[in-house]
Amino acid sequence: MAHTSSHGTAASILWGFLLSLILTALAFGAVMGGAVPRGAVLPAITLLAVAQLIVQLVFFLHLGPRQGQRGNTAIFLMTAMLIGIVVSGSLWVMYNANHNMSPTQMTIAAARNRD
Amino acid sequence: MSAHHDDGSRTTLGFWIYLMSDCLIFASLFATFVVLAGNVAGGPEGRELFDLPYVGWETLLLLVSSATFGFAMLAMEREDRRALRQWLVLTWLLGAGFIAMELHEFAALIAEGAGPQRSAFLSAYFTLVGTHGLHVTAGLLWLAVMIHQLSVFGIDAMVRRRLACLSLFWHFLDLVWICVFTFVYLRGAV
Repeated sequence: MAHTSSHGTAASILWGFLLSLILTALAFGAVMGGAVPRGAVLPAITLLAVAQLIVQLVFFLHLGPRQGQRGNTAIFLMTAMLIGIVVSGSLWVMYNANHNMSPTQMTIAAARNRD
Repeated sequence: MSAHHDDGSRTTLGFWIYLMSDCLIFASLFATFVVLAGNVAGGPEGRELFDLPYVGWETLLLLVSSATFGFAMLAMEREDRRALRQWLVLTWLLGAGFIAMELHEFAALIAEGAGPQRSAFLSAYFTLVGTHGLHVTAGLLWLAVMIHQLSVFGIDAMVRRRLACLSLFWHFLDLVWICVFTFVYLRGAV
């Protein structure tokens, strides 16, 4: 990490801040404004969050393909993969568990009589 | 200090690896929260509890503090001790404002009977958002220590190295907060 370039420039900080501000405003607007159809709100705010994460990773945490950034970027990508597996795996397993074991109208006595 | 010429990049690399493991803690807490978000046990839902404009102001405080820390690092690079100190103090005040707002929010929730013991949803909510808040509090403590060390040692190699790590930590907490306001507050209000 060269000291001259590792912390960016005033312009890059301001760009990161401005883009983050816009993406945040759009996300709050999508939920509070009512202009976005209900079904599209969750995909929209998820997309805006991912966009803002990328903006801040690039402008504030200085991730990128350049020499000196590659190490941190590669470690981050591995972690992102682990997070993807942990989060999507948990949600998938728990969704199926809820779906297959959801309570029914059946009483305990009726369930016992069935076997 | 070290015989081999380490410019602090190894320390920041090690700190980055710590941050990535911290990421995994938050990933598990987010997964837990999303799984339990519907289990309100007859209690209040996020829609009734969360005040989105309030969360918007909290978000703004944290976002501005991320930018001011960026400017602090630029001041450090041009060896401007006075400006560095001012940016760090400003960052501290913004972070403290965020924590004050969060504590006020938690106190209001508990006062209206929506504390962590009310439902699985609220337990997961307080654990996730509280863990982020504790991180920010630790960041404030570290920031205060660094403001003091700056006045004692000036901008030396050790202070540089430590502020570089703290800068990563502070920006990282803003990243986690993006996920919090999106998947806890906004998703809860949809």
